[in-house]
Amino acid sequence: MAEALLKVYRGDEKTGKLVDYKIPVEAGMVVLDAVHYIQGYYSPDLAVRWNCKAAKCGSCSAEVNGKPSLMCKTRLDDFDLSQPIEVRPIKTFPLIKDLVTDVSWNYEVNKTIAPFKPKTENTDEWKVYQEDVDRVQEFRKCIECFLCQDVCHVLRNHDKKDLVNKKDLFAGPRFMVRLAGLEMHPMDVANRIPYIKNEAGVGYCNITKCCTEVCPEEIHITDNAIIPLKERVVDEYYDPILKMWRAITGKS
Amino acid sequence: MVNSASMATNDNFGQTERRDAWWLAPLLTALGLGIFGIYATWAAFQGVNYEWGPYLSPFYSPLLQFSWLPRWFSPALLILPFPLIFRGSCYYYRKAYYRAYFVDPPACAVGEILPHKNYKGETAFPFILQNLHRFTFYIAVIFIAILWYDAIVAFDFGGKFGIGLGSLIMLVNIILLSLYTFSCHSWRHLIGGRLDCFSCSKMTEARHKAWSRISLFNEHHMLWAWMSLFTVGFTDLYIRMVAAGVWHDWRLF
Amino acid sequence: MANLNEKLETHECDVIVIGAGGAGLRAAIEAAERGQKVAVVCKSLLGKAHTVMAEGGIAAAMGNVDPADNWQTHFKDTVKGAKYMNHWRMAQLHAQEAPDRIRELERWGAVFDRTPDGKILQRPFGGHTYRRLCHVGDRTGLEIIRTLQDKVVHTPGVEVFMECTISHLLKDGDRVCGALGYWRENGSFVLFKAKAIVLATGGIGKSFKITSNSWEYTGDGHVLAYDAGAELIDMEFVQFHPTGMVWPPGVAGLLVTEAVRGEGGILTNSQGERFMSKYDPERMELSTRDIVAKSIYQEVKEGRGSPHGGVFLDISHRGAEYIKKKLPSMYHQFKELADVDITKGPMEVGPTVHYVMGGVKVDPETCQSNVPGLFAAGEVAGGMHGANRLGGNSLSDLLVFGRRAGLGASDYVKGLSNQPKVDDTDVEKAIQEMLAPLDRSEGETPYEVHRDLQRVMQTEVGIVRTEEDLKKALTDLKEIQARAEKVKADGLRQYNPGWHLAKDIKTMAKVSEAIARCALQREESRGGHTRLDFPEYSNHWSKHNSIIRKESDGSMTVSTAPLPEMPPELKKLFEEEKH
Ligand SMILES: Cc1cc2nc3c(=O)[nH]c(=O)nc-3n(C[C@H](O)[C@H](O)[C@H](O)COP(=O)(O)OP(=O)(O)OC[C@H]3O[C@@H](n4cnc5c(N)ncnc54)[C@H](O)[C@@H]3O)c2cc1C
Ligand code: SF4
Ligand code: SF4
Ligand code: FES
Ligand code: FES
Repeated sequence: MAEALLKVYRGDEKTGKLVDYKIPVEAGMVVLDAVHYIQGYYSPDLAVRWNCKAAKCGSCSAEVNGKPSLMCKTRLDDFDLSQPIEVRPIKTFPLIKDLVTDVSWNYEVNKTIAPFKPKTENTDEWKVYQEDVDRVQEFRKCIECFLCQDVCHVLRNHDKKDLVNKKDLFAGPRFMVRLAGLEMHPMDVANRIPYIKNEAGVGYCNITKCCTEVCPEEIHITDNAIIPLKERVVDEYYDPILKMWRAITGKS
Repeated sequence: MVNSASMATNDNFGQTERRDAWWLAPLLTALGLGIFGIYATWAAFQGVNYEWGPYLSPFYSPLLQFSWLPRWFSPALLILPFPLIFRGSCYYYRKAYYRAYFVDPPACAVGEILPHKNYKGETAFPFILQNLHRFTFYIAVIFIAILWYDAIVAFDFGGKFGIGLGSLIMLVNIILLSLYTFSCHSWRHLIGGRLDCFSCSKMTEARHKAWSRISLFNEHHMLWAWMSLFTVGFTDLYIRMVAAGVWHDWRLF
Repeated sequence: MANLNEKLETHECDVIVIGAGGAGLRAAIEAAERGQKVAVVCKSLLGKAHTVMAEGGIAAAMGNVDPADNWQTHFKDTVKGAKYMNHWRMAQLHAQEAPDRIRELERWGAVFDRTPDGKILQRPFGGHTYRRLCHVGDRTGLEIIRTLQDKVVHTPGVEVFMECTISHLLKDGDRVCGALGYWRENGSFVLFKAKAIVLATGGIGKSFKITSNSWEYTGDGHVLAYDAGAELIDMEFVQFHPTGMVWPPGVAGLLVTEAVRGEGGILTNSQGERFMSKYDPERMELSTRDIVAKSIYQEVKEGRGSPHGGVFLDISHRGAEYIKKKLPSMYHQFKELADVDITKGPMEVGPTVHYVMGGVKVDPETCQSNVPGLFAAGEVAGGMHGANRLGGNSLSDLLVFGRRAGLGASDYVKGLSNQPKVDDTDVEKAIQEMLAPLDRSEGETPYEVHRDLQRVMQTEVGIVRTEEDLKKALTDLKEIQARAEKVKADGLRQYNPGWHLAKDIKTMAKVSEAIARCALQREESRGGHTRLDFPEYSNHWSKHNSIIRKESDGSMTVSTAPLPEMPPELKKLFEEEKH
């Protein structure tokens, strides 16, 4: 039977190191299977998050050979098995242990987003057509794996996570996706554009598209969510012609 | 307040656990843009060999010649700033040069140069000006109209219809320039993306159709960006070479 | 003895909701909106509960696509699907209230697929007379949990404790008074003092080897309730979903949504025969799950299976465009995990443990168990789905009874005259039990015991059962329970899955015993319970539910309770049909 050598990060932020494990390789095996094998046969206390094993829940995010990936979707036979496979925790959030990081910052950010506010409470009056929600549905595919947050250099290298003063804050691609889903909802009447510009810091994004590259749901984060939001911010803040138009007609 | 500090803030430039050739793409981008930039600057300063027969180099169109300008001043310098700021503030090119020249980031999950606290992104001068991209688009549309005129005129050989290789090159060039320009993100937004409800009126339905169509082209905006960059340079080169007598225009018809 | 004197983190609330799937979140919203201080506790991160994996849709007689649909028809379909084993009142409330619960979701921001005239689109599903499943492609559960999650975040009075596992319920006399748990992150204990408890912990699938369920489905709620003195009902009814993946081995058991058949998927055996025509010629692939699962089992057993021991399911005739739009995650799942392009050829599928119909016996109106202050909703509650659950009826069940449990708990708290008290010695005993595996210097790893448990349940309490096998299973389970008491957990308390499993295998072994006992008692075949030695329906058993109870000496006993009788006006619905 074929074998793979996995190097898995073990320990906490300070004392951690890569530890070698030899794994028998079955057909169709994914990295998460290998990690489970380690738990089951070598090291029961290896910490890892997972739930669905089918790329639906967004729990098993890690960096495999330096690439932010879902472990349950990353197949061993995609690698050259004569080389070791390195599995590390995602880097943008503080490490708890082994492959598990503290992603609670993301949940805190979510709380600061104004909730959906419908035009009318009476759903009998709702007529919403598929063409109106196609866009929004793309954003609602998000499984909150936070891989985009992990890879985004604004969070990863520049660490713009200041939730206290919200001056040095970038909500990150995941929440740009969420905001786009709310802002483009045909029934929603809340205005989050000032929030998007000021608190959520959309201007920090320099549209370098790493988020789009890693999204397992293949959401076009930059093109369909962030850029349109940037354009909406321009409408409101940087476009004198539209400003005049609004002043004259009273419309937006 | 939760502790949220990234474990990558102290990564050095180029530091990564990636094992693929992540440096290849930014390197190619840097070379591609660099070569074009050098060629375009050189060509713009020439001030000669930009016309031949019915052909006019896109670097020099519209051709503005003023008697009060010194002889050495190339007419290209009057107009090239406009395409330059259009492309310079284009969402795609921004990605390309932020990665390739500012290495911010050089590639995904790879360490950067700038110390992490100074990063301002597009929230402060100068990059906050990128927000004006739509105005550069409006100007670009005028250029597109002029270049279409040039491309049509390129089939007019002294009052008679004809086709030279140069006519075809100019045609292909303006088609690609149009694809690039009208797949612009700002345009996509203005035509329909700003709406929340597409089905609400006849007007919004029409705008939805336009938006959907533009979205299809927009998906390949990067492709159009590179192809049109190449053809615009090549069109100038072709006309320059023909005008200088190095190449001969090939008349097909 | 480690850390008994460490200061115990304590939270006080009115209602503690254990579980943050559809049922738990809906319950929390309801209780909080009625003024209760609510703590929601869940084992995973918020938004990762099983509900997120639900694919096909949520059933409600909205009549958007088939205007003839109404709650009466939905009620009848549910009861027939359940083989007349469910509580009529639960089925009735469910059918009546489901449409409102869906409209409410829409108001909270859910975005369902639309009909051409701008309403919520509904698709056909097994056992449903009309096109009834509201859906979002094949990620309906994600839409629901995300909507509820965002609603909860903005509901004042709810606090969420994620990655926190409840290990023990605490009682004051016969009432509940709180719960003890541990933080997965650092292994420290946390006490919740509460007046009422809502269990919404989901199912039990992890006791089996081939299952569509995740690590969370260890039957915690079932056993917490059982240990607290609540009765469990109908535990023998375990749903084998007919279509799980069978290849490659790593993904065996992973669900292939029924929506594939809902959208027109065809089942064939190795001879290319559309075999459902033999078992249910009328409904074919859209027959109920128990029948389709057993048909597949039969085909494979008789040698007409696919290369990896399943059958073929083909949807490719619907065309690539349509499949990618309506079944995107199935498309990706097969493409990425099995190298199969389902727009071009068939998938290989076979039965997989999916859902437990049995659960905590509750009052249909309030969802309260026989223990005062202890409520249950969602998959952990029993009675709603009888012997077999129809696809799409779970998500609606979560919302209807989640809300009712929140309401019931809130009313219960308002009616309390004095606050129940937590007894410190109970807490200490619980902590000691939890720490024991870490203190042992030798013992098996819990993973080893878990593997054996799964093997026993899969082979001896599986899709078809016999007296002999079940008796053997009960002896095997006794042995496994004894081993589970002696496992050793390596490492420290920080995020230690081995230690967590040490508790979980005890829970799983107990819930497995409940299943085996009920299965042995019910001498007939019905829905999710098939006895080779009793292949027919029995008249006696059609009028009885199974009941599991913990006796005062700590032993588990099984008995029966008469099935609640339907009132005449509901009975009439079934008679009308016969004419
Ligand atoms: C792959 C798949 C597809 C499905 N598709 C459909 C479908 O299309 N339609 C349909 O109607 N049904 C479907 N189902 C069934 C349905 O999704 C589940 O039955 C339902 O989601 C269960 O919801 P719940 O709220 O009861 O529990 P869950 O959503 O599973 O939530 C359980 C919660 O309890 C928590 N918990 C458990 N134990 C503890 C503990 N000890 N301490 C603290 N917290 C605890 C967990 O962390 C979790 O938050 C599907 C199921 C699966 C597995
Ligand atoms: S495109 Fe913007 S949000 Fe996405 S990774 Fe780059 S900087 Fe971050
Ligand atoms: S947008 Fe994509 S990458 Fe980001 S959290 Fe959602 S699914 Fe993950
Ligand atoms: S385990 Fe759910 S996404 Fe990997
Ligand atoms: S975005 Fe590239 S031209 Fe406007």
